[in-house]
Amino acid sequence: MKPRQKRFAIIGLGLLVLAVATALVLNAFQSNLVFFFTPTQVANGEVPKGRSFRIGGMVEDGSLTREGDGLTVHFVVTDMAKRVPVTYKGILPDLFKEGKGAVAQGQLVADGTFVASEVLAKHDENYMPPEAAEALAKAKASGAQSSNTLVVQPQ
Amino acid sequence: MIPEIGHFALILALCVAVVQSSLPIYGAAVGNSALMAVAKPAARGQFLLVLIAFCSLGYAFADKDFSVLYVAATSNSQLPLHYRLAAIWGAHEGSLLLWTFILTIWMFAVTLFSTHLPDTMRSRILGVMGLVSMGFLLFMLTVSNPFERLIPAAADGRDLNPLLQDPGMVMHPPMLYMGYVGFSVAFAFAIAALLGGNLDAAWARWSRPWTTVAWCFLTIGIALGSGWAYYELGWGGWWFWDPVENASFMPWLAGTALIHSLAVTDKRGGFKVWTVLLAIMAFSLSLLGTFLVRSGVLTSVHAFATDPKRGLFILAFLAVVIGGSLVLYAWRAPRVGLGGGFSLVSREAMLLGNNVLLVAAMGSVLLGTLYPLFLDALDLGKISVGPPYFDSVFAPLMTPAIFLMGIGPLVQWKKADMPDLAKRLRWAFGVSLVTALALPIILGNWTPLLSLGLLLAIWIVTTALVSLRERLAHVEGSGLMARLMMVSRSYWGMLLAHCGIAVFIVGVTMVKGFETEQDVRMNVGETATIGGYTFRFDGAQDVMGPNYTAARGTFHVSQDGRDATMMYPEKRRYTAQNQVMTEAAIDSGLLRDLYVSLGEPLDDGAWSVRLYYKPFVDWIWGGCLIMALGGVLAVSDRRYRLAWRREAQDVPAATRTARRKVA
Repeated sequence: MKPRQKRFAIIGLGLLVLAVATALVLNAFQSNLVFFFTPTQVANGEVPKGRSFRIGGMVEDGSLTREGDGLTVHFVVTDMAKRVPVTYKGILPDLFKEGKGAVAQGQLVADGTFVASEVLAKHDENYMPPEAAEALAKAKASGAQSSNTLVVQPQ
Repeated sequence: MIPEIGHFALILALCVAVVQSSLPIYGAAVGNSALMAVAKPAARGQFLLVLIAFCSLGYAFADKDFSVLYVAATSNSQLPLHYRLAAIWGAHEGSLLLWTFILTIWMFAVTLFSTHLPDTMRSRILGVMGLVSMGFLLFMLTVSNPFERLIPAAADGRDLNPLLQDPGMVMHPPMLYMGYVGFSVAFAFAIAALLGGNLDAAWARWSRPWTTVAWCFLTIGIALGSGWAYYELGWGGWWFWDPVENASFMPWLAGTALIHSLAVTDKRGGFKVWTVLLAIMAFSLSLLGTFLVRSGVLTSVHAFATDPKRGLFILAFLAVVIGGSLVLYAWRAPRVGLGGGFSLVSREAMLLGNNVLLVAAMGSVLLGTLYPLFLDALDLGKISVGPPYFDSVFAPLMTPAIFLMGIGPLVQWKKADMPDLAKRLRWAFGVSLVTALALPIILGNWTPLLSLGLLLAIWIVTTALVSLRERLAHVEGSGLMARLMMVSRSYWGMLLAHCGIAVFIVGVTMVKGFETEQDVRMNVGETATIGGYTFRFDGAQDVMGPNYTAARGTFHVSQDGRDATMMYPEKRRYTAQNQVMTEAAIDSGLLRDLYVSLGEPLDDGAWSVRLYYKPFVDWIWGGCLIMALGGVLAVSDRRYRLAWRREAQDVPAATRTARRKVA
């Protein structure tokens, strides 16, 4: 091959790899985005059916109950406007507490319960999951109900 | 008083940085050697001043001086001394001081090991590094002062986040920053070369060891962070594709590409422009990583927007550094030239493939990390990009890269013969394929991914053996030992680092394929069996720590009826902030880890318990360590030491070509 052709071949090959990579990335990206919804949005039926998503808000005081197996827990996530009952089987993260923020990932089942596959704990200096803080802030901003004792802000 | 000395030292350091970043660069441009000579003492002076500031902050922590806001916010009178000192980099302000301190350490190192460099080159390098440090000092002094007083003083501090009270976390940030900031040297070399317009093979040889050392630190730093997440978070995971982790992984990917591209520039004079771009990229990503983790933008885009001072400063700084260097690049790069041509089947082409794939992988991580932030900033909704995205992108991108990694060292520079290559590699390929297919079946769990992982790992090792055998055939010497001694350390370093990747892949593959986990409720005296091990829960007792109280569970572990070990996981409550934390118990082994962590207390002394059996998990970090060792070995190679000593007297051409043939 002449140097010219060679250069074109290399550039072509590079572009091909890039194109494949881009296609892969965008495809994986599309199918793996997890959307976040507030309890109000869940109550308004804005959430996708049969697809996993995240909800966040505050764990309602006194709502945490545990089944006899010691592992299945029920609690209510609220943004102070709407409430979503959540079921989770497994060990909860250390930062999970009643009256504190939490984010859960899972699916909504027919009876309106959110079955969580994962309850998230972020490992940074901030103890309030940002999504939860924002869900609260949003509901508050829309004037649903305001109570300054309940807005948990990072110190 | 002491904190004020620290503060004052920072101000003086800023003044020195201004001098260091202006006079030498100007001097190099006009050829004034008196101005260029300012660089070295300025850099050393700056090191000394920042050292004073760093020690002052350390003293404030050791002295429990809670009249310093930062000390009060990140430590507590109950906190043991070593964690009080580690709290220097426990939060935003102090970690920036650490960053700057490490930058001055690298500057000091450059002044020590650059006697062989031309004056213009050295003064430009130190000038560029001075510019970077000027930015960081200015940042600290204007919006993020670690020495800010708290008046009246707090009675006691708020304590360090319990998650950070751990030896792994003590070492993680300094190692990571040594890596991040180390890329500033490669960056400064690149900018200096662009300014001077002389980008030759010697330039690449000078910047190679610096880049490799930085890369080693970064590798260790990332491994420490991953290990910390594994044993400290109590979830048994070793990598979560969390933005904080991605922030450190992106410079690593770019840095790895840079190391390989530098090899081509050094040996063949090729890829010059690309190497310079990668050097800029690696350091820019390091800055971006610092920005992502330390500006609070990850915690909340909107919180960041409402308190914009810090974030805006870093954003502006990023824009100046990245934008400025890219403009300089666009302006000067055409002068640098492209370097020699090469055939489609040649080592250059293989390394180019490696570079393209690594950069593509870096880009995909960047996309997954930044896209949610953009959407959020523009109020288009909140999304998160989960691990499945990264997993499904990474495997297909890294598979060809690792395949090339096996071939690359065996291919000649410039032009190689494909049929000949196939002949040399057929045994390696056959052995890898058969073993990779058979091994999972023997182990009783065949999945395509398991076989693929093993195939790649064995491929790396077998091709390394083929390469070593051929290398030994080329060197002179009587007897195997003598020949082994003849092989250069940089070659050993490369083989070792590549084998580190193989070890790492084995770890990842085996953990994914064979790990088992169980969440159970355990009453006192009850047993649970996992991975052939039987765990008996003997109850939990209360114990006291220096700044926490804990419930400590006792587990008796047996295998086939024989006692194996005792394990004591803890659930700690740190008193200062009333925060609960899980301290997992891990029994490490070469072939498997046993992992127990306590969930919550239930009635009658029962606990919910999480049990893991994790085969080969330690190979993940072992692999990283081997990679870093490979890097250290490569840096200790004779050719660099020779280069230090007599760069001026040219190495005789004959020996150089002879060496190149072997390489």
